[in-house]
Amino acid sequence: MNNDATSLGIERPDFAAIAAWIPTGASVLDLGCGDGSLLRYLKEKRAVRGYGVEINDRDIVSCIVNGVSVIQNNLDSGLSDFEDNAFDFVILSQTLQATRHTEALMQEMLRVGREGIVSFPNFGHWRNRLSIMLGNMPVSRVLPYQWYDTPNVHLCTLDDFEDFCGAHRVTVLERRVMSGKREVRALPNLLGSTAVYRFERAV
Amino acid sequence: MSDSVGIVSAQRATFDTPLVFRSGASLPRYELVYETYGKLNAAKSNAILICHALSGHHHVAGYYQDDPKNIGWWDNMVGPGKPIDTNKFFVLGVNNLGGCHGSTGPSSINPETGQPYGANFPLITVEDWVESQARLADRLGIRQFAAIVGGSLGGMQAMQWSLIYPDRVRHVFAIAAAPNLTAQNIAFNDVARNAILTDPDFHGGNYYQHKVVPTRGLRLARMLGHITYLSDDAMANKFGRGLRSGQFNYSYEIEFEIESYLRYQGDKFASYFDANTYLLMTKALDYFDPAHDFDGDLNQAFSRAEANFLVISFTTDWRFSPQRSHEIVQPLLHNRRNVSYAEIDSTHGHDSFLTQHAQYFAVMRAYLDNVSRECAA
Repeated sequence: MNNDATSLGIERPDFAAIAAWIPTGASVLDLGCGDGSLLRYLKEKRAVRGYGVEINDRDIVSCIVNGVSVIQNNLDSGLSDFEDNAFDFVILSQTLQATRHTEALMQEMLRVGREGIVSFPNFGHWRNRLSIMLGNMPVSRVLPYQWYDTPNVHLCTLDDFEDFCGAHRVTVLERRVMSGKREVRALPNLLGSTAVYRFERAV
Repeated sequence: MSDSVGIVSAQRATFDTPLVFRSGASLPRYELVYETYGKLNAAKSNAILICHALSGHHHVAGYYQDDPKNIGWWDNMVGPGKPIDTNKFFVLGVNNLGGCHGSTGPSSINPETGQPYGANFPLITVEDWVESQARLADRLGIRQFAAIVGGSLGGMQAMQWSLIYPDRVRHVFAIAAAPNLTAQNIAFNDVARNAILTDPDFHGGNYYQHKVVPTRGLRLARMLGHITYLSDDAMANKFGRGLRSGQFNYSYEIEFEIESYLRYQGDKFASYFDANTYLLMTKALDYFDPAHDFDGDLNQAFSRAEANFLVISFTTDWRFSPQRSHEIVQPLLHNRRNVSYAEIDSTHGHDSFLTQHAQYFAVMRAYLDNVSRECAA
């Protein structure tokens, strides 16, 4: 599952995109941090000071193995251990779609962090649209779950996410859309499989 | 057993420099008994101090040649190849001052009077223990511990170390602990103390001279304490409403299995533990409050800490619940300390910290592997 965290870090295309936005020495909170490979990657590449939040028992052990400070907690019960503006960046990497109280969590991210970064699989990707048009829920490398056995309860498209930000006083600062490792510029909501957003509270 | 430290023996250190307690009282001279396992490396950088809880002592692991059934209280955690690996670490277990397992305590003879200290033994705090342990560390040539590890009251000592001697501990393990006692915790302790204090055999704490022991009070105190160490679920699973004779006898004799269990635990404890020590330990728990000197501000109290922390709680622990551990994590986050927190899904209540639980041990092992790599570096 996490035999080589660093190689995993290189493989995940959103990691490089996220790292590109984070200046050296920043403070980072990684929500749903999994085995801690992103934080480890950011520690190695950007010398960040950071913590992860994770609920899964096995991931907690992996984080510790990876030398990452991790707090075992459920994201849906809030970020009550963390103070206002405690971090430069709060990251939610490939986890947004699996959170139950997504609205509240987005607000919490911008309470404890100056900026938020989320990455998520784009449900509007043409393969997903095609799959549904042909009659089945999509199953792919980015969305590897069967409909009856998925942690993903709040899937969205790029347009959905941007509408959400507009309606919730969240200002998008930057966006990167990818298909595999390639950056997508034209028709992102159709051609992008993964999106990464950087955002802040609207003033 | 290849994973046991094997035959161990207790050692004794005598201190002739007076120790002044937080209360203002002092002891001119005292002794501490301790055990060590593993080897202190040349850099003296691989020492781990194990702090014990209310009824614990220095005999943490292994067994005695003349008493092979007397196995250390944390033998499942400490030994060769175990999470606290004695192949890698030099492990120190000490009986706290005021204890009843060989260190100077209320049942020891006061050299000034030739009688046991009894009621004259000063009330002790967690800070006083840290001070006495630090002197033992000096004696053993340990300038800085790789880690200080403790469960419950032991976790409080580990935390206190990082506040009094920030540069003498690299990693603090606060397991099933709390930053202070709640009113409910203190209430339980007070009922336990009252059971002892009102026992006619207590004699104001000087029962030794009367050749009696306040057994009734001590066993009641232990029975009450024991309830708080177990979870409702654990009791339900182990005893439920089980009846010893399978039927109601309409008497005050033991009928339910849980009654039998608690009385057995109470009797066993009262046969070897000193009532004055029990009183001291519960008061040390009540007094523990690092925020006390900072107008209740735990953030400020922890601003002194430099160590990295591992905080562990257990889901069914209602004595020091997971929420209490979050209260330890929060000031550490506030002060930007390295802290990891694991909440272990266990059915065994507060006593979970003494059980061999796969996830708990995996967390301990992973963290300690990193600690040992630092020692080697």
